[in-house]
Amino acid sequence: MTAIEARGLRKAFKTTIAVDGINLRVAEGRILGLIGPNGAGKTTALNAILGLTPYQGELRVLGRDPWRERDQLMRDVCFISDVAVLPRWIRVSQALDYVAGVHPRFDRAKAEAFLAKTSIARGSRVRELSKGMVAQLHLAVVMAIDARLLVLDEPTLGLDILYRKQFYDSLLNDYFDRSRTIVITTHQVEEVQNVLTDVMFMNRGRIVFESSTEELESRYAEVLVRPEHLAAARALKPMSERQVFGRSILLFNGTERQRLASFGEVRTPSIADLFVAVVGDQAGQPPAQVSTHLRGAAQ
Amino acid sequence: MSTHSNAIPTSPLESRATAPIDISLAQRFYWSVRRELWENRSIYLGPLAVAGLILFGFLISTAHLSRNIRAALLLDPMHQQAAIRQPYNFAELMLMATFLIVAIFYCLDALYGERRDRSILFWKSLPVSDLMTVLAKASIPILVLPLFTFAVTVVTQFTMLLWSTLVLSVSGVPVAALWNNVPLFPMAVGLFDHLFGFHALGYAPFYCWLLLVSAWARRAPFIWAILPPLAIGIVEKLAFGTSYFATILQHRFLGDPQSAQFQTAANSMDPLTHLHPGQFLLSPALWVGLAISAAFLAAAVQLRRTRDPI
Repeated sequence: MTAIEARGLRKAFKTTIAVDGINLRVAEGRILGLIGPNGAGKTTALNAILGLTPYQGELRVLGRDPWRERDQLMRDVCFISDVAVLPRWIRVSQALDYVAGVHPRFDRAKAEAFLAKTSIARGSRVRELSKGMVAQLHLAVVMAIDARLLVLDEPTLGLDILYRKQFYDSLLNDYFDRSRTIVITTHQVEEVQNVLTDVMFMNRGRIVFESSTEELESRYAEVLVRPEHLAAARALKPMSERQVFGRSILLFNGTERQRLASFGEVRTPSIADLFVAVVGDQAGQPPAQVSTHLRGAAQ
Repeated sequence: MSTHSNAIPTSPLESRATAPIDISLAQRFYWSVRRELWENRSIYLGPLAVAGLILFGFLISTAHLSRNIRAALLLDPMHQQAAIRQPYNFAELMLMATFLIVAIFYCLDALYGERRDRSILFWKSLPVSDLMTVLAKASIPILVLPLFTFAVTVVTQFTMLLWSTLVLSVSGVPVAALWNNVPLFPMAVGLFDHLFGFHALGYAPFYCWLLLVSAWARRAPFIWAILPPLAIGIVEKLAFGTSYFATILQHRFLGDPQSAQFQTAANSMDPLTHLHPGQFLLSPALWVGLAISAAFLAAAVQLRRTRDPI
């Protein structure tokens, strides 16, 4: 079963093309990380998926057209769009009352149990809570909703490292159960690395890279090349090369690890390094070229 | 594939609790209205505070009550009634004014504030349609505020009357003079008719216009609410030398001097004799107003759907 399917999804604003005809398929039970620089079109793509904005092209979310059937869709889809969107005037107990009142899949006991582990008082207003507590409250509400698709757009922006860690731990341990699908966008790539089953890079409205994390581990290799092998290693056409402490680190796509091992220490690149290799190099090139070039590289 | 097939409930209780229950439209509407009351406490605190002030002022004024009533008893019946009923009418007027002020500020912020603080993203993450939300917001000035104002006014007037009765009976002035001139039940019926017929349904196009502006404006909804009608009036005056638009607005706001409604409002001395609910319900002005209101609301629903947070 497909959770999200897009063909030629496009969204243009007055002066910019935010999403430039992307094709996307997310199977149920996956945790997809959508990663890209600011202004890459991630949030616009997610807004289209959530039925918050009209779009061109074909898009089905859980088999529904999100723009026309948003109200129906929201029974099965949950999202945290920003850390700061809980209304500041609402009390914790009111937020629970309200969601319990309107959402058929909300399990209040579950939300209460999650909140009991925090120091959030039921009578507090959101404006009295710290940013981390607001995120905890929002997560408590969202996790108590038995949704099939959860969309998180920068869910931990501005939180300190403890809250961020806790957030993803709760998400994985208490929420994810392989029948749900989760889509996450974030700038803090390293924190979601171990959580994801799939990775997708977006740049200038296009998907420039997509891979499952297993494939990523088997295809991509980073070699800490010894100086004497540098020329030979470069001859194998690495995707990128960078210098760390005077040593060259070359990133290879699809080259056999055995062969690479003779140049130096081989390891699996972090998503952040891969991201820099894929997106960082292409900063000066026009979007169309970026896409075709990297699609080739990714396959 | 069902959502539940792979889920491993940690306890039997939990699995029962997560089974989707159906939530009726009425229930969603109820919670949507409650949410408005949580956010905008002025809806009930405003009228309550004003009622408190009225009662406080009245309490002080009753120091001279028996003297005033004795003086009023010397007047002819018409003036006598006016003199005795004056504080009750004043209370009514104050609470109605509070209702209008609260309603105007509520409407201007209703669909604007949630975009400004981005909380609209939270509301939209829940299965409540834009139509439901806008209708719930429109029901505040058209249904909730008039009902609450009615209740508060009747209770206030009743309290005033009880207190006066107590004061008069202590000082030995005949209480009948008071009760004959302040007929609470007919007054309440007249008030109900006036609140709903005139200030709720009659004003509905204004409230819906304000809601539309608050869904549309990126800043200063108050200015945007005033400018277009003003512009239409000015252009009409300059282009044709007429002021039909201004007259229409004036009749809406202050009542049409020719209508039965206006007679009721102007001559509230004996409201029961002036009630014509049938005539009111059949009047084209009412239905034209409601049609315009519906159009404004439909536009507000569309705007809430498409507009981004500010």
